[in-house]
Amino acid sequence: MNRETINIALLFIGLILLQIVVLDNINFLGYINPFLYILFIFLYPIKKIDSTLIFLSFFLGLSIDFFLNSGGINAAATLFIAFIRIPVLKSVLGKRDIDYTMSSLKKLPFAKMYTYIVILTFIHHFIVFGLEYFKTSHFEIIFIKTFLTGIFTVILVMISFTFISRR
Amino acid sequence: MQQIISFINKNKYLLLFLLLESAAIFFTIQSHSYHSSKFVNSANFITGGIYNRINNFKEILILKDENKRLSEENVNLKNLLNLRDKSDSNKINTVIDTLKFHQKYNFISAKIINNNYRKSNNYLTIDKGMNHGIKSDLGVINSKGIIGITKSASSRYATILSILNLNSRVNVKLLKSSHFGSLSWDNKDYNTVQLLDMPIHAAIKIGDTIVTGGKSTIFPEGIPVGTIKDFRTKNNNYDYINITLFNDMSSLGFVEIIDNLDKFEIINLEEKSLNE
Repeated sequence: MNRETINIALLFIGLILLQIVVLDNINFLGYINPFLYILFIFLYPIKKIDSTLIFLSFFLGLSIDFFLNSGGINAAATLFIAFIRIPVLKSVLGKRDIDYTMSSLKKLPFAKMYTYIVILTFIHHFIVFGLEYFKTSHFEIIFIKTFLTGIFTVILVMISFTFISRR
Repeated sequence: MQQIISFINKNKYLLLFLLLESAAIFFTIQSHSYHSSKFVNSANFITGGIYNRINNFKEILILKDENKRLSEENVNLKNLLNLRDKSDSNKINTVIDTLKFHQKYNFISAKIINNNYRKSNNYLTIDKGMNHGIKSDLGVINSKGIIGITKSASSRYATILSILNLNSRVNVKLLKSSHFGSLSWDNKDYNTVQLLDMPIHAAIKIGDTIVTGGKSTIFPEGIPVGTIKDFRTKNNNYDYINITLFNDMSSLGFVEIIDNLDKFEIINLEEKSLNE
């Protein structure tokens, strides 16, 4: 058990509790509850191929699903963005391969980090709301919810990032 | 064989992802069907326990409303007691023949420890479970009206399919003319639900009261639901009928779960006559 493992475990449990106790009760403008728990994917150290993250993101999403009675919606969405985060990061940075030793997003230029977070957040939210409604007739409300909740989540993720990097 | 193993070795990252993703999709599809989400729900020991803790803090906030509701119910019950016939109360000897009574419903009191009303498929969690006699498919009400139907139960907790759920259908009727319809929700406003399948010859007015129909074994007849808010006719049919609920679904505290003791007898009888 090195320090990194303990940090990740604390982050995992802390984010689930924060999501359940505080964030799911916000109901901003009636129905907007940000999904800050995907901060886990952004803070997890960047490695080339990492089966641990795949497992962890699945169980992170599934834990949220247990609390929200939502089947496997969050598990599917979180797992998906965990899987595509390296390809997305590569295309955002415009490089064929990344320097894996940097291991953290904090050292990226702000604009690129921002694009990366926005892309992954909106994909995640679209999967969540798409699976929740599960019908093409609800396209309008799926897009509205994805957009509004996405903005809220991105703002919270950016705020948490500034707090974390200040330390 | 060699090729299969090397293929798995090369693509194990992708295969792991696909395996877990299909598991997640499987849980999702299961949760969309009405009867079979048995695995992922908040009626287990850990989630139930955490929700119970959170609710202990929240409870203080709703105590005032809850007290008011209870005192209103008390007044109603006292009024009912005073409705007795005069000649009846003058009788000195009262003989109670218990053989004449038949208990049809058993009421179990419970507390809501987690309430959802903003999503498209809303579930509630209560602090009673199989240990207290909760099963799936029991009606849930409070003094103001209906709330939902129990879905899955663990030993100490249970989840309720709220009437604010896209999968929810409840048999209801007009109080004044006993025309039947079914209650569903269009996922827009948490205080408004929709009445479907109402025949056009049932004359309805804004403000008419809707109660449960008693055609299913889940709810007894006459549990209040709400009043008609507005409606529109189209092609000689009701296009939509909106109903304002009596219950404020955003602040629920204590509820009663109704166990129909005759349920098995009714269901057995119905199956028997179907098979004949």
